[in-house]
Amino acid sequence: MITMQKELFRQLFKRAFTNQFPAKHAPKSVNALLEAVGKGKAKLNPPVPVPENFRGKIAYDKNKCIGCQLCVKVCPANAVVFKPKEKKISYHTFRCTFCGECVNVCPVKCLTFTDEFLLADYKKD
Amino acid sequence: MLEKKKDADGDTSYSISVGPVHPALKEPVKLNMSIEGEKVTGVDFELSQVHRGVEWMGTRRNPIQIMFLAERICGICNICHIMAFSKAVENAAGIEVPARASYIRTIAAELERIHSHVLWAGVAAHELGFDSVMHYTWKLRENVLDTIEYLTGNRITKAIVTIGGVRRDIHEKQVPRLKETTDYYLKSFDKLGKIFLKDPVVKSRCRDTGILTKKEALVTCAVGPTARASGVRKDIRVDETYAAYPELDMKPMMPDMVTGETRGDVYDRIITRLLEVKQSAEIINDCLNQMPEGKIVYEEKIPKLLAELKGVEGEGTGRLEAPRGEVFHYVKMVGEDSPYAWKVRAPTYNNMLAWVPMLMNEQIADIPIIAASIDPCMSCTNRAVVAGKTSSILTQENLHRLSVEKTRKIREALK
Ligand code: SF4
Ligand code: SF4
Repeated sequence: MITMQKELFRQLFKRAFTNQFPAKHAPKSVNALLEAVGKGKAKLNPPVPVPENFRGKIAYDKNKCIGCQLCVKVCPANAVVFKPKEKKISYHTFRCTFCGECVNVCPVKCLTFTDEFLLADYKKD
Repeated sequence: MLEKKKDADGDTSYSISVGPVHPALKEPVKLNMSIEGEKVTGVDFELSQVHRGVEWMGTRRNPIQIMFLAERICGICNICHIMAFSKAVENAAGIEVPARASYIRTIAAELERIHSHVLWAGVAAHELGFDSVMHYTWKLRENVLDTIEYLTGNRITKAIVTIGGVRRDIHEKQVPRLKETTDYYLKSFDKLGKIFLKDPVVKSRCRDTGILTKKEALVTCAVGPTARASGVRKDIRVDETYAAYPELDMKPMMPDMVTGETRGDVYDRIITRLLEVKQSAEIINDCLNQMPEGKIVYEEKIPKLLAELKGVEGEGTGRLEAPRGEVFHYVKMVGEDSPYAWKVRAPTYNNMLAWVPMLMNEQIADIPIIAASIDPCMSCTNRAVVAGKTSSILTQENLHRLSVEKTRKIREALK
């Protein structure tokens, strides 16, 4: 246990290893804090940065898409749905597993990864 | 639930059932135990509370889609499932994996082994009541998770393997970061060794607790570190040729390498896993030094690959060593988009049987650490569920009767 005690003591003087909580102290009202952030009066601790080639939310460039449906065919989670009238696809973030197979398969590269990963939301799209 | 029984001699025994859902269990499983005083005198368990129908979903998807589904069988050791599935399909289709891809697969698999074993060490510490040790070991695990994210794009599900190779190469500029990680774990190995193996409390809790003898390990078909800790020299990485392992110099890690004896207790299982963390770091270093240049995938164009796989008829198997033991996948292709059958056997299925001899005659307070010592993973193991019957126990006669009933129904339907 002495080894462990030494380790723990050392730990006291180190920077916190985990992700910082967005605000240093729990705010009285979350909405008020978010408003202040929106106006640029307060700052939130940002999440840890992601590395290069991170597999985050998929960005879709509708204009480039040629409607070939390859992405629909390979998507394991049925997160890409083809819209036959428009000959375009719609992408459901909440079903996506971020495997990236659609990004690899798209012949015109209109699907790309972004760095976004904080995707919790009330709305479905 | 507690039930009181009196046997012929007038001794009182209790039968306790824990689960399927219980605050002490991380995953659903039902344990039934008979207790006399503090001693466990009978052990039984029931599975099948987390059946997810993964294989059924698989037979409605094409092989490329199944890969990512397979990866989600287990949250901790996911690469072994995607790799075993790919191997089974490659086996059925006669696809050869390029040499460089084999090395990259090996590196990814070993990174996963480090993360899984270090995670397990934390869980073991927690079960013993050392929560600061748990947080400390999990802090050590962060390094490998960040490296996995750096290499593959996500911390846990790597999605790096594909049928016929890998999806991402390891570039020259990524090598130093990988080397840093392996150095970090070679260094932390000593620290972990001191914390877990030298500590008198851990030692007295784990030595001679939950013993699984070599014979019992063979009888219950234990696999992976659980079997090796009992003295069974079994490691699919050595016994079978897959990925880059045949070209590496390695042997199964046995507890007698440290202590000079094999007792098959919880302590030996800790030793085996810690040794394997070190071994994995060394394997990654070797792979980085030996890795040849060349192609990383058999067929880059996914539509072309899918068209080729559509024409495949035949069966394939994929066997490999996951952090918890042997994983086995079976695939049958009949020239259609989706495979006709896909079967998965996860290592916990074998290792759970070892719970019975391990828990017998142990104290109630030792149940958590003994149960955790096989590193169980229920959700991966659950492959079947019995539904719609009042009794969920299927004996051979019951099964036979069900089969006869089904034949009769089909016969009537065909009339
Ligand atoms: S990343 Fe994977 S799951 Fe998400 S839309 Fe693309 S193919 Fe589907
Ligand atoms: S693969 Fe690309 S081009 Fe084809 S439908 Fe999907 S997004 Fe459009």
